[in-house]
Amino acid sequence: MSLPLLLSLAMALFAVSAYALVASRRPGCSRQVYSLALAVCVILLGMALAHLLAGQTSATLTLPLGLPWLGAHFRLDALAAFFLIVVNLGGAIASLFALGYGQHEQAPERVLPFYPAFLAGMNLVLLADDAFSFLFAWEFMSLTSWALVMAHHQEPANARAGYLYLVMACFGTLALLLAFGLLAGPDGGYDFATIRAGTVNPGFAALVLALALLGAGSKAGLVPLHVWLPLAHPAAPSHVSALMSGVMTKVAVYGFIRIAFDLLGEPIMWWWGGLVLALGGVTAVLGVLYALMQHDLKRLLAYHTVENIGIIFIGLGLALAFQANQMYASAALALTAALFHVLNHSLFKSLLFLGAGAVLTATGERDMERLGGLIHPMPWTALAFLIGAAAISALPPLNGFVSEWLTFQAILISPELPQWLLKFLVPAIGALLALSAALAAACFVKAFGITFLGRPRSPAAAGARETDRYSLSALFVLAALCLLAGILPGLVVDGLAPVVSLLNGGAQLMAQHDQPWLTLVPVVDVKSTYNGLLVLLFMALSGTAAALLIHRLASNAARRGPAWDCGFPEANSAFQYTAGSFAQPIRRVFGSIVFQARERVTMPPPGDLRPARLEVEMHDPIWERGYAPIAAAVVALSGRFNYLQYLTIRRYLSLVFGVLVLLLLGMVLWR
Amino acid sequence: MHGLAFDIAHFLAGGMVVASFLLLYQDRLSALINVFALHSLVLVLAVGWQATIQEAHHLYVTAGIALVFKAIIIPTALHRIVRRLGIHRTLEVVGGVGRDMLAGTALVALAILVMLPVTAGADALAREDLAFALAVVLLGLLLMVIRYNAVSLVIGFMSLENGLVLAAAGARGMPLAVEISIAFSVLIALIVIGVFLFRIRERFDSVDMQAMDTFREGRRK
Repeated sequence: MSLPLLLSLAMALFAVSAYALVASRRPGCSRQVYSLALAVCVILLGMALAHLLAGQTSATLTLPLGLPWLGAHFRLDALAAFFLIVVNLGGAIASLFALGYGQHEQAPERVLPFYPAFLAGMNLVLLADDAFSFLFAWEFMSLTSWALVMAHHQEPANARAGYLYLVMACFGTLALLLAFGLLAGPDGGYDFATIRAGTVNPGFAALVLALALLGAGSKAGLVPLHVWLPLAHPAAPSHVSALMSGVMTKVAVYGFIRIAFDLLGEPIMWWWGGLVLALGGVTAVLGVLYALMQHDLKRLLAYHTVENIGIIFIGLGLALAFQANQMYASAALALTAALFHVLNHSLFKSLLFLGAGAVLTATGERDMERLGGLIHPMPWTALAFLIGAAAISALPPLNGFVSEWLTFQAILISPELPQWLLKFLVPAIGALLALSAALAAACFVKAFGITFLGRPRSPAAAGARETDRYSLSALFVLAALCLLAGILPGLVVDGLAPVVSLLNGGAQLMAQHDQPWLTLVPVVDVKSTYNGLLVLLFMALSGTAAALLIHRLASNAARRGPAWDCGFPEANSAFQYTAGSFAQPIRRVFGSIVFQARERVTMPPPGDLRPARLEVEMHDPIWERGYAPIAAAVVALSGRFNYLQYLTIRRYLSLVFGVLVLLLLGMVLWR
Repeated sequence: MHGLAFDIAHFLAGGMVVASFLLLYQDRLSALINVFALHSLVLVLAVGWQATIQEAHHLYVTAGIALVFKAIIIPTALHRIVRRLGIHRTLEVVGGVGRDMLAGTALVALAILVMLPVTAGADALAREDLAFALAVVLLGLLLMVIRYNAVSLVIGFMSLENGLVLAAAGARGMPLAVEISIAFSVLIALIVIGVFLFRIRERFDSVDMQAMDTFREGRRK
C-alpha cells in the first residue's frame, strides 16, 4: 500500500532537484531545497519506520518503465525498510544541518541540483526489485555523488579524487553487472523474484559472491578497494560527506546483503563466511591504522568509515559461516550485530562529519595541526563531537559499544563451528576487532583532543565562532539518538527482528522487550547480558559521587607551589602536543611494518645555521603494490599503442581490409 | 525459361566482378572513371534484370536511380573534377598489376567460399548474387587500399557501394525508401569528397595521399 507513495516521494526529490537546477542562483533557494529535502526525508523515514515496526508483509509493484520486456519492479520488505530508515534518517539530518551550513556554500549551483537527486537515487536502490532498476539507481547514486564530490573542482586534489572515484565506481558497477548476469542465468530472468526462485550452481554462486564483494565492497570501502573513499568523501561539502560516509556506504552494504543473503539463497559454503570475515578483519585494522596516521580531520573520519565497514563485514561473515552450518540462532546474533552497527555507524559517522563541517565553517581549516582550543568558542559543537567520538570508540553507555559487544558475543560462539579453519580464524578476527576498537579510541582521543582542547594553533582557530542553530540541532538530534540506541538497545534489536528473520530463514533473536530492566540478552542461555541503562545510572552515580567527594574532601584554599609546566613553559601554541606527536608511538609500533614508516633526523654540523629536521617517510602499501603497477601498466600499454593514432589513411584502410579478410577466412576455415 | 533467366542474371553479376577487375589496373584517371561508369552500367542491367525476373517493380526505380546517379552524374562530375584539378593526363603509379590481379582472384575465391556454405538454404539465384556482390565489395576495398590518389579512393568507395546495391537487389530487394536514401547519401558523399579534394589540393598542391602523409604532425616510427 505504501510502496507507490514511497516511490512518488522519491520522485518528488527529483522534482526538487529540477527546481534547484532552475533556481539555484536565487537567494534563499538553498534554504528551500534543503527544507523540501528534509520534509520528504522525514515522511519517508516515518513510512519506513511504520512498515518495519508494524511488521507488514512485503509489497511489490511493477511499472512499465525501463527495459520493455522486463519493466521496473519495486519491492518493500523488512530489509529495504530498515535501510530506508538509515538512509532517510541520515538524509533528514544532513538536510537539517545544511539549512544552516548550506548558506556558506560558494557554488550552490554545483550542490543544490544534485543533492536531492542523490537522496532519491539511494532510496531507489533500496526499493529496486530487478537487476536493471537496481543497477540504474546504483549508477545514478554514484554519478550524483560524483558530481557532489566535484562541487569544488578547482582544487586539483578534488579533481583527482573525483577521477579515482569515477574509475572505482565504474569498476564496482561492472562487477555487480556480471554478478547479476550470473544470477539471472542464460534465460535472462533479471527480476529478483525469478532469481530468488531459481538456483545457481555452486561454482557460479561462489563467483557471484566474489563479484558482489568486489562491487559492493568497492562502494563500501572494503580493503583493498577503499583507495578512493578517503579522498572522495572529504572532498564533498560536509553534509554530503556525512551522507556519503554515513549513508551511501550502507547502501553498498545493503547491496551485498541483498545478493549474498537474499538472492543467492542456499546452499552457502562455509568458506564464503571465512573470506568475508578475513576481509572484514583486515579492513577494520588497516582502516584505523590509516586513520591514526591522518591529520586531516575529514580524511581521518573517512578512514574510520573504512574501519567500521570492516566491523560490519565481520558480522556478516560470521552470519554466513553460521548459516552455512545451519546454526541459525547464532547467525541471527551475528546479523543483528552487523545491522545494528549499520545503524550506529550511520548515526555517529554523520554526527562526526557534521561536527567536522561545523569546524570547517568556523575556521576554514581541516588540518588538525592548525586547529585547537575550539571547545572555548564552540562548546556545543565540542560536546556533540565528544559524544560522537565516544560512540565510535565503542564506549558504554553509547550505541557503538552495543553493536561491537554483540559482534564479540557472536565471535565467542564461534568455537561451536565445526570447521577447524574457522575455529582458528574467528578468534584471530576477534583479536583484530579488539585491536581496531582500541586504536579507534586512541585515534578519537587525538581527533577530539587536538581539535578542541589545548590552545588555538592558528589565527583561524583562534577566531572561531559557534555554529548556527540549525547545525547545532542536527548535531544534537544525532547525539541524542546515539545515547538512546545505547541505553535502549533492546528496542533496536526488536526492531531489527523482522529483517533478521527475513534473511535468516525465520530465525531471529529472542524478543527483548519483555526482559526486565531493559536488559539485552542476546543468547538464550543467559551467557552474558548488557544493560545500558544500568551502566548509565552507574556512571552518573559514581561520577556524581566522585565529584561530591572531591569537592567535599579537597581543600578549596588557594595554594602556591613550584611551577611544573607540563613541558609547556612558554605560552606559545606551537609548544603543544600535536597530532603528529600523538600518533608517533603508534606509528613506531605498527607503522614501521605496515607503512614502512622511516624517521630521518638531519642534524646540521656545529656552526651550520640550518635547523635540525625530523622527516617521516611513509608508504601506502596498497596503493604502491596494488594500484600503482596497474596504472603504470595501463599507461605503458596506451603508450605502446599510441602510434595507432598516427597512421595514414591507407594504413587504416588496410587494417580494416585485413581484419575483414581475416574474419572471412576464419569463417571459411571454422565451418 | 528459368534456366535462361538464371544464366543472364549470373552473367550480369559476373560482369560486375569483371568490371571490378578492370578497375584494378587502370593507371589513367579518366580511364578509371570510364570503367567505373561501365561498372555502374552493368549494375543497372543486373538490377533491371532482377526486377524483371522477380517481378519486383520497385527495383526498376533502383535501377533508374543507379543509371542516373552512378552511371551518368557521378562519372561526369568526377571527370570535371579531374580536369579542373589538371590531373587527367597524369599516370598513377600502379605497382604490380600481376600481384593485384592475384590478390583479387584470391578475394573472389574467398567470397565464394564464404557465401556459398552460409546461404545453403537460399535459392540458387540469391546465392550466386550474394557471392558476386561480396566479391565486388572486397575488390572495391582492395582498390582503396592499393591506390594513392584520392580520386581513385573515391572510385573504390563507389564501386564498393555498387556491390552493396547488387547484394540488396539479389536478396529480394530492399525497401525503396532505404535505396533512395542510400543513393542520396552517396551523392552527398561525392559532393563532400569533391569539396574536400579541392580544399586538399589548395593546401597541399596535390591529391596524392603519399604526398599528404609527409605533412602529418607527431607521426611516430
